Amino acid sequence: MTLDTAPAPAAAPAAAAPPRKRVLRPGRLGVHAFLMAVSLAFLAPLLLAVYASLRPYDETSEHGYFSLPKKLSFDYYQQAFSDSGMMKYFINTLIIAVPGVLLTLFFASFVAFAVSRLRMRGSIVLLMLFTAGNLLPQQVIVTPLYVLFNRIPLPYWMSDSMTMFDSFWAVIAVQVGFQIGFCVFVLANFMRTLPQEILEAAIVDGASVWTQYWRITLPLCRPALAALGTLQFTWMYNDFLWALVFISDGDKLPITSALNNLRGQFFTDYNLLAAGSVIVALPTLIVFLLLQRHFIAGLTLGSTKG
Amino acid sequence: MSISRRAGRRGPRRFTRRDLAVLGVLLGIPILLDVFIVWGPTLASIALSFTSWDGIGDIRWVGTQNYENLFTNYPQFWPAARHNLLWLAFLGLVATPFGLLLAVLIDRGVRFSRFYQSTLYMPVVLSLAVVGFIAQLIFSRDQGALNAILGDTEKPTDWLGDPDLNIWMILLAAAWRHTGYVMILYLAGLKAVDASLKEAAAIDGASEAQTFFRVVFPTLRPVNVIVGVITVIEALRAFDIVYAVNKGRNGLELLSVLVTDNIIGEASRIGFGSAIAVVLLLVSMGFVVTYLVQEIRGEKNR
Repeated sequence: MTLDTAPAPAAAPAAAAPPRKRVLRPGRLGVHAFLMAVSLAFLAPLLLAVYASLRPYDETSEHGYFSLPKKLSFDYYQQAFSDSGMMKYFINTLIIAVPGVLLTLFFASFVAFAVSRLRMRGSIVLLMLFTAGNLLPQQVIVTPLYVLFNRIPLPYWMSDSMTMFDSFWAVIAVQVGFQIGFCVFVLANFMRTLPQEILEAAIVDGASVWTQYWRITLPLCRPALAALGTLQFTWMYNDFLWALVFISDGDKLPITSALNNLRGQFFTDYNLLAAGSVIVALPTLIVFLLLQRHFIAGLTLGSTKG
Repeated sequence: MSISRRAGRRGPRRFTRRDLAVLGVLLGIPILLDVFIVWGPTLASIALSFTSWDGIGDIRWVGTQNYENLFTNYPQFWPAARHNLLWLAFLGLVATPFGLLLAVLIDRGVRFSRFYQSTLYMPVVLSLAVVGFIAQLIFSRDQGALNAILGDTEKPTDWLGDPDLNIWMILLAAAWRHTGYVMILYLAGLKAVDASLKEAAAIDGASEAQTFFRVVFPTLRPVNVIVGVITVIEALRAFDIVYAVNKGRNGLELLSVLVTDNIIGEASRIGFGSAIAVVLLLVSMGFVVTYLVQEIRGEKNR
């Protein structure tokens, strides 16, 4: 498994076949037509959402979404931001996702290091414990956690509900606890591909476990950590269920879950809803476009071994 | 977790006291988290499913009564179970093969492949909740884009409101995202396939289809397993998208929705909700165990 699994630059296919003269055969044309049609079909819903969000409701309700615009404006975006305070929900998301991603990567990388680099008895059991945990459906653990969090008292300065329930702590804890499994699996596979000799040399020099982990293994894992960090951020950003169940105060919801709550305000105004959807989708789309390589590497890191 | 200290090539003491402290803390915290957040609650769910607890009063043992009620007089249960299976079948038999097909076509090195790739997996970064809202723009009865294309303003079809139709529309929306995901995984797998294998097959006179099914596909086994696991898990976990559309009612019932309804609804039926969760657990466990057995075997062969 390597990070080279990210898509090759566009130049690669062209460079692979320079000697033959490029003839556009009918078969190839068919493939292009097919791929182009599918691509457009995949893009269409997003484009439609953007288009709808730029038009006033009266206009689309009278002429439908497929009509030429008389007026395009960012009014709905302004409205979504000013009336429903979307900024607040974005900040909530960051309060949850930033520590969530950092803690997950830190703990998971240490477990992965211990499992794959130290010769310990029981490391397979440990690996399985984490990996299998991540595969359980969330709804299986949601009920007991709901009860548990309601019973864990927190001081007022940590949570104004005085319990873990209805606080950011609950969502962060669940995100970290649940996602560690996936990251351990991926990082353990990645660390196995690192040359053992570097570590052995360090051990001969008397490096402690912490040094072996922090100074030697972790720097080599930078690409994998970047990939996983990108992926985990989008996952935590996109989370819907945890916040929905563990947070009851609407003002504390992260952005993805808040969108659902805002729908009451949006009633039948689908154009405002479209603007809200675009606002929520925009950060992950930007992350994706800027860090495409990392994002894909993260998704595929665990899937091709050897 | 015991740490072996037998005298090996590296000398009698492998870990100093400080090493053991570091290991204890940094393995201890994640293990505790995993036990508290994942495994403990899983076991608790199983135990609670045999009680009639409402979350406040005493916990009363009722044996298998929740399960009997679930199977015999909870009208939403069987439709929800059917929908989950339909979800699994649709993703597994339609979206996954489609993703594989796209990966194979793109992997052949067509021009603009980068554009195709980026477009096709763009939906993967969207949250399913957002996908649910976008689905409403397209499928809504009065102003939806689909009805506008079809032009039936006389008797518009209520794509998301009709309980016989809506699950299919939602499946399409879910597949929009799943296909891209599967495609990325297969693309990565295909790039890792040794090119000389294909050349050898071509020299032996194999057609492109033969090469793919007899030579390339078998080497994709690890990817197939991962894709299979993801497909199953996604199908059983499905929740966000139907919840965003209509809170999982009127034809869009899913097991996950029933669990959530029973615990955060007004009547907090923790015991009953847990029983539904256990059904979900049992179905997914079948697949998860198969996968783990294979992983452990691979682990031992390393």
